[in-house]
Amino acid sequence: MKDRSALKADRLPKALIALVATSGLAVMLFILWFLLRESLPVLKATTLGALMGGSYWYPTADPARFGMFPLIAGSLGVTLLASVIALPLSLGLAVFLSEICPRRLRELFKPLLEILGFFPSVVLGFLGMIVLAPWLQERFSLLTGLNLLNASLLMGIMILPIVASLAEDALAAVPRDLRDASYAMGATRLETTERVVIPAALPGILQASLLGVMRAIGETMVVLMAAGGAAVVPRSIMDPVRPLTSTIAAEMGETPVGSDHYHALFFAGLLLLAMTLSINLCALWIEKRGRRWRA
Amino acid sequence: MAGLNLSRRLFRNGCATILLYLLMASVALLLAGITAFLIRNGWSVLSWEFLTQPPRDAMTRGGIYTPLIGSIQLIAVAMAFAFPVGVLTAVYLVEWARDGLFTRTLRLAVRSLAGVPSVVFGLFGLSFFVITLGFGASLLSAGLTLGCLALPVIVGASEAALTAVPKDYRDASYAMGATKWQTIYKVILPAAFPSILTGAILAVGRVAGETAPIIFTGAAFFTPRIAQSLLEPVMALPYHILVLATAGTAIDKTRPIQYGTILVLLALVLGVTFAGVLYRARLRLKKQ
Repeated sequence: MKDRSALKADRLPKALIALVATSGLAVMLFILWFLLRESLPVLKATTLGALMGGSYWYPTADPARFGMFPLIAGSLGVTLLASVIALPLSLGLAVFLSEICPRRLRELFKPLLEILGFFPSVVLGFLGMIVLAPWLQERFSLLTGLNLLNASLLMGIMILPIVASLAEDALAAVPRDLRDASYAMGATRLETTERVVIPAALPGILQASLLGVMRAIGETMVVLMAAGGAAVVPRSIMDPVRPLTSTIAAEMGETPVGSDHYHALFFAGLLLLAMTLSINLCALWIEKRGRRWRA
Repeated sequence: MAGLNLSRRLFRNGCATILLYLLMASVALLLAGITAFLIRNGWSVLSWEFLTQPPRDAMTRGGIYTPLIGSIQLIAVAMAFAFPVGVLTAVYLVEWARDGLFTRTLRLAVRSLAGVPSVVFGLFGLSFFVITLGFGASLLSAGLTLGCLALPVIVGASEAALTAVPKDYRDASYAMGATKWQTIYKVILPAAFPSILTGAILAVGRVAGETAPIIFTGAAFFTPRIAQSLLEPVMALPYHILVLATAGTAIDKTRPIQYGTILVLLALVLGVTFAGVLYRARLRLKKQ
């Protein structure tokens, strides 16, 4: 009899925990729901084509214009340049740590990389304003050092430790046997790394890179402080840009709730969410494929 | 490989090794440079008074007591939400969930949550906590927004911790006649607790440095005193840096305070993260 009551008492915690566990799902659904609810009314003021393709972002002019193309171009430009700068370096760093680095040094650098992944981006943005911008301005005699290149360099510094740490995990997970087999065939370390270790770790490396790109698209403080904030399509890497994230952060504070501008900023958030979600799903797909491929 | 002779292959190998050593050295140098630069500029303002005095004279003098305490309050609210919810979600996923549609959706949702940009969390917090629930721009709204951001970190760490508890523990507990909940509560959670705690510490590190989610959910440009209730806005260290560096009344005059605030924020974030990483390393060592 006692056993049965204990079993009965088991049902309550299970139900409660299932309920609490649902909140993770609820938060995600709420985010989607609220972004949709607050962003779709902007389509009453303008068309989807004008919103995404228009090249003039004058949200407070009269009549207001909500062309987000320069903002999207800014986001993609900074992300692209940051990736071009940081991803090869991250891979190099990961290879160094996993294949070359003496054990002692590795035990120091690996945790250091992980800790650096937590570096507050507002501090990086600050360094961009104080150090990098004046230097760029003087070195290249520009009107302003706050531009696409500045933000991309900082963003590169930001994602470098994250990508390097994850890519190193992927490389370190490659079985020793594969390396030994390659060495036994007379291959050098470089050849082994290039042709055996990196291909074997490719799903993990790709995933790490995607995660870095995702972080870069969604990063706000660096671009808010160092990208210059001009809503024009950049013609060179020395042009100031205004990515989607910094537009939201800079303008939401002064926007009346419920105005067209307010809804337009939520639409920018929706675009960001769509981009990061699709990259995330891509990474998930690679993870599944990679697992099957390894098995 | 056939076309290349041995000495040329060895030469390429040597070059690559040297190149990667140089890469590592330059990254380390960059890091040391940034650290040295920040410390050199901020060291002189650091003092006990800097930590315990509120900002004065339109934030051009005084310390950072208010934003420092505000940051700690935000962390407390965020963790009060994210820790229990995150751990229980992980318990559900590991112990009860069968591989069904609900479980898979839940996993996907938590995973997606980890990739949501922080400024989007801010938008969500604004429309949900601030406006819909009527909390206003407050400690509660901003803290809960940060809690949502920390949730996937805690779920992930707790899931890994629970999965790592050996099956023997469960079997032994069941053999003694314990029910599933008793087993979870008395055996599995205590065994997994240290690892779960590590995850929570890392989540604190993540939350403490975030700026974008709190800009329009409850971080204040300036408040004359520490928030006395959950419904008051708070100052926070990361936002204080942004404000002083971009919107203050005397950007150049407050430069030393900006460097000082940065050092305190870095000490807080990196110190907490360092503690988490160190603690985890010790746990792993113990297991071996």
